[in-house]
Parts: sequence; structure tokens; C-alpha cells
Amino acid sequence: MTTGLVFALTGAALFAMGVVGVVLAKHLLRRILAFNLMGSGAYLVLVGLAQRFDVVDPVPQAMVLTGIVVAVAATALALALARKLHALSGQLELPGDADA
Amino acid sequence: MKRIGLVALVFTLAVAFVAVMAGAMLELGPVAIDLRTPVAQQLVNSGVTHPVTAVLLNYRGYDTLLEIAVLLLALLAILAVVGDAPAAPPRAAHPVLQTLARLAVPLMVVVAVYLLWAGAFRPGGAFQAAAVLAAAAVLLHLVGLLPGWRRPPLRLRVGMAAGFALFLVVAAGLLTQGALLQYPPAWAGVLILLIESGLTVSLALILAGLFLFLAREEGT
Repeated sequence: MTTGLVFALTGAALFAMGVVGVVLAKHLLRRILAFNLMGSGAYLVLVGLAQRFDVVDPVPQAMVLTGIVVAVAATALALALARKLHALSGQLELPGDADA
Repeated sequence: MKRIGLVALVFTLAVAFVAVMAGAMLELGPVAIDLRTPVAQQLVNSGVTHPVTAVLLNYRGYDTLLEIAVLLLALLAILAVVGDAPAAPPRAAHPVLQTLARLAVPLMVVVAVYLLWAGAFRPGGAFQAAAVLAAAAVLLHLVGLLPGWRRPPLRLRVGMAAGFALFLVVAAGLLTQGALLQYPPAWAGVLILLIESGLTVSLALILAGLFLFLAREEGT
């Protein structure tokens, strides 16, 4: 088993952990963090699988670099929306989740 | 009780997903489409010697073009969400922290310029340089030397849009070459450095803005 494959397997596990967090966590901050965890898992799978024979492939690396920057922007927007929700309603849970 | 069932179901599905993925990855055959060879072959025409930078700004330049557009869009959305609330007054940190920040920030600027320049031939480039610059701005804010941003003044807006605009102008100018962002090999290095410089300034301002526009009084 090569290092790249270990990265890819770790990425799959991180992605699954992120999905569990997004589905089960009610607190919005936890959800945003879990969503980022999903993203990190996907990046690890992309980069790890591409170099599973220990030869580096620059194309997935460049794609992941683009993805990271977009994920930062999306996270910032999500945080801004969560803050707005907190300012307006005083809570950090979505209204539909309260009775679930 | 319903909640426990849901939790158990989600955990079971997640474990099954990881097992299937692990099985698929371990069984995976050789690479079907190998892009390493064309990337390496065209590297002499790309204007840079680092393959990741070549992919980012030459072969897949339109990805990067749209990426800076997405960042600008996210910043505009944040500005729309936070409205016109007053920025939080800077809270002065301990003088030792302030002095350390004052010492660190010039070094961070130097590191950013180096990263930008190094992107042509080793890991580095506009995004990494911009991240360091934005971190410097956040550091200055956290120690109370830089207040949070409120309404962006004109020069800040111009700076944030400049990278995207410069990229678009280069892309439009190169349409005469036949394809979007197809650099002539002789000019590729200069054009990439020009675009990356613009991107560094704009990305740094945007990334810093993502933090500093949100640094406001709670309850606004």
C-alpha cells in the first residue's frame, strides 16, 4: 500500500465523518465545520488516488488548490449567513431542526 | 427514540460507504487517462517550469479565472448580508503581542513576494502569497492595530476587482490567438507573472475582507 492510497482512504473516512456531521449536527457552526471536513476528505481522495503509484500528478493538485480557495469563500459566506441568522433570531439552529 | 434510530442509521450508512470506497480504491486498476505526459511535454511552452503553476494558469487558466470570479461573488454576497452595521472598535492587545505583530507583518509581506516569484519554478504562487498577505491583515486586526472594515472605499473596491479585471483583459486580448487564454509561448512567462501579481493583490484583499467585513459588533 502506497502513501497516496493511505491518503485516499483517510479522505474517504473524513468525507463520511463530514456527512454524519452535516446530517446529525443541529448547531450551524458544527454543520459548517462538518461540511469543510467533507471537502477536505474529497481533496485527499483526489490527490491521494492520483498518486497511488507514488508518481505525482500536477492536474489534480491544481484542481484541489482551486477547490480550497473556493471552499474558503463558501465557508466565509456560510458564516456570514449564520451570524445574520443569530442576529435576527438569537439562535444558531435552523427553525425546522428544533422539533426533529 | 426516533433520534437514536436515525443516528444508528446514519452511522451504519457512513461505515458502509467507507467500506465500499476502501474496497473500490484497493481494487482500482492502472490510470485510464494519464495527463502527466502531456503536461510534462508542453511545459517548455507554458512559460513556467513548475507543473502545478502551468496547469493552474496556462492549461486550465479559465478555472482560475472563474475561481477569482467566485471569490469576488462571495465577498459581494457577504457585503450584502452584513449590511451597514458599524465595525467593531479595535481591541488593543498586550503591547508585546502588538510589537511581535509589527515585526512579523513586514516579514510576511516579504514571504508573500517570494512565494509569488517562486511559483514559476517551485511550489508557491498567487494563492499562497495572497493567503500569507491576508493572514498578515487578520493578525494586525487581532492585535488591535487594524480596525474591521465597514463600507469598502473606492480604492479598496478597485483593488479587489483589479485581479479579475486584469485577467479578463488578458483573456480578451488573447482571443486573437484563437482560443481563450492561449498564451503565445514567448510571452507566456511574462503574462503569467502579470496575472499572478494582479491575482495576489486582489485575492489578499478579498480573503482579508472575508474576515474583516465580518468583524463587527454582535447583534447587527
